[in-house]
Amino acid sequence: MLATEPDKRGYFGAFGGRFVPETLMHALDELESAYREIRSDAAFAKRLSELQRDYVGRPTPIYQAARLTERLGGATLWLKREDLAHTGAHKINNALGQVLLAKQMGKQRIIAETGAGQHGVATATACALVGLKCQVYMGSEDCRRQRMNVLRMGLLGAEVIPVESGSKTLKDAINEAIRDWVTNVRTTHYVIGSVVGPHPYPLIVRDFQSVIGRETREQITARIGRLPDVVVACVGGGSNAIGIFHAFLNDAVKLIGVEAAGDGVDTPRHAATLAGGRVGVLHGAKSYVLQDADGQVTETHSVSAGLDYPGVGPEHSYLRDAGRVEYVSVTDREALAALKLMCEYEGIIPALEPSHAFAHVCKIAPQLGRDKVIVLNLCGRGDKDLEIVQGLV
Amino acid sequence: MTIRETFERLRSRDEAGLACYLMGGYPTLDASMRNIRAAVEGGADLIEVGIPFSDPIADGPTIQAASHEALVAGASLRRILEGLAAQRFDVPIVIMTYLNPLLALGRDRIGADFALSGVSGLIVPDLPMEESDEWTPLLSDAGISLIQLAAPTSTDDRLREIGKRSEGFVYAVSLTGTTGARRELSSELPAFLKRAKQLTAKPIAVGFGISTPEQIRSLREHADAVVVGSRLVDAIRQNEDLCGLVKTLKAATRSA
Repeated sequence: MLATEPDKRGYFGAFGGRFVPETLMHALDELESAYREIRSDAAFAKRLSELQRDYVGRPTPIYQAARLTERLGGATLWLKREDLAHTGAHKINNALGQVLLAKQMGKQRIIAETGAGQHGVATATACALVGLKCQVYMGSEDCRRQRMNVLRMGLLGAEVIPVESGSKTLKDAINEAIRDWVTNVRTTHYVIGSVVGPHPYPLIVRDFQSVIGRETREQITARIGRLPDVVVACVGGGSNAIGIFHAFLNDAVKLIGVEAAGDGVDTPRHAATLAGGRVGVLHGAKSYVLQDADGQVTETHSVSAGLDYPGVGPEHSYLRDAGRVEYVSVTDREALAALKLMCEYEGIIPALEPSHAFAHVCKIAPQLGRDKVIVLNLCGRGDKDLEIVQGLV
Repeated sequence: MTIRETFERLRSRDEAGLACYLMGGYPTLDASMRNIRAAVEGGADLIEVGIPFSDPIADGPTIQAASHEALVAGASLRRILEGLAAQRFDVPIVIMTYLNPLLALGRDRIGADFALSGVSGLIVPDLPMEESDEWTPLLSDAGISLIQLAAPTSTDDRLREIGKRSEGFVYAVSLTGTTGARRELSSELPAFLKRAKQLTAKPIAVGFGISTPEQIRSLREHADAVVVGSRLVDAIRQNEDLCGLVKTLKAATRSA
């Protein structure tokens, strides 16, 4: 029997838990009880769903990609259009939920980390909406390659703090955000952007993202009269993937998570944690981690800043070991080619992150019969990636 | 000398203990072993050997930098334990490490490897008491104390439980924040230490942010030991006389 809720100590099977400094333990207890309260609070649910409808633009459409389906020559491809959500990615689902929760808890200040910048933009947006002060940690390498999002956050009234340590990417931004939280825990809520971190974060982020899967299930059933055969999503920390997978965990639907293979999983330059990692503890949770023999976390590479992370959410580790979700990986080169294909055949510029998931769809769709249906979680739009893509495709 | 004997002796002399934190493998493995010796000669009552880690979330800039340089110089938990195994010190050696290097060493090896290296205690800043159950038995079988941390944000219930579970002493974190020298100690520190003392019978060592003899003197009445870390790491970076510095700090633990 598959566990869909973490146990009392915050574990999905052998993964999860709370591996943080004692300073944060009481805050995590408080967060958990505040979250349990709002989880069954009708007024909170009403407020959130009204904002999802009027402000975020939910439900996001599901779209039958006819020309791509024809081009790939196999299964019918549907796109769940999270790229059409306000701020251009699924990240707003979680940011909005957590910022409302923080406001209810009486916190005066919000911090967040960001990789590609989409979670930072989403958090800055939600803070502007409710009137909370917002600071966002972002690796200086990511600030450089996702410059547009740094500008957006500034415009939204957030302060972006570049992080110079380590590989200057997402992992280091999380380290710095945790240090800030340890220092300012009494006044500050830390909005983690993926299904990572200590319990209850993987649960909270997953719940706020699972609206994607609930809508998808309803929409695809209404359109084709049955469930899809395959659902595909990219996995860095894994929030958009958990978000769409969750509604299908107990169905006969094949679920595939696509990690970033960078230059290839047989090279040192990749970010495919479930392909090349060992069980360890990073950022407060036990999960698979890319690390060396001494337990030092290794530097990763992906052309996609949002997937460039040496860890993965504990629920993904659980679903992998339970055999429920298949995890594969796609290289930079394959993702870039897929991005170009979607642009030319559908008039949609996908972000580099879901371009990884789409690259895998390009491999499997031709092998499936024309009666099969694939749903791809198109979790964000590619405007932020134009400068990176410009020189590469 | 064991941790318990150390605290008993300190009590009989009516002085607070001085625990010195030094980064293992910084700037090199050999130099770090010489620095431990210098700190012991200077009067350190206990040595905490930090294990460098790629993602030191509880550490401020000084220890982060030393950790990074130690890793670049090739340090690892295994090599530092080997280095310690070749030495003998007259004071307890306590390892302070994040959890992941311990997991990589392997749960089955920790007891034996630590004992062989003369290690008597272990502090793991990202292993709160809720997660430590699977470690306590295999460490105590090898005679190694798992020392728990307490924080100003710990509730009374948590402090009581931490006091019960912690072995050797309780490590009281002086402030909400990361390691690193501060000009001023937190104003709520005396109240926190008083609360901790009331709720636990174990000796209390206070650390994080402590760097001067004046700060040590102000804490002498409130704690059984003080921990100095970043200040010493800085001294090593600046080529200061470590033994002399430790002597000055140790003098401040004795009543005038």
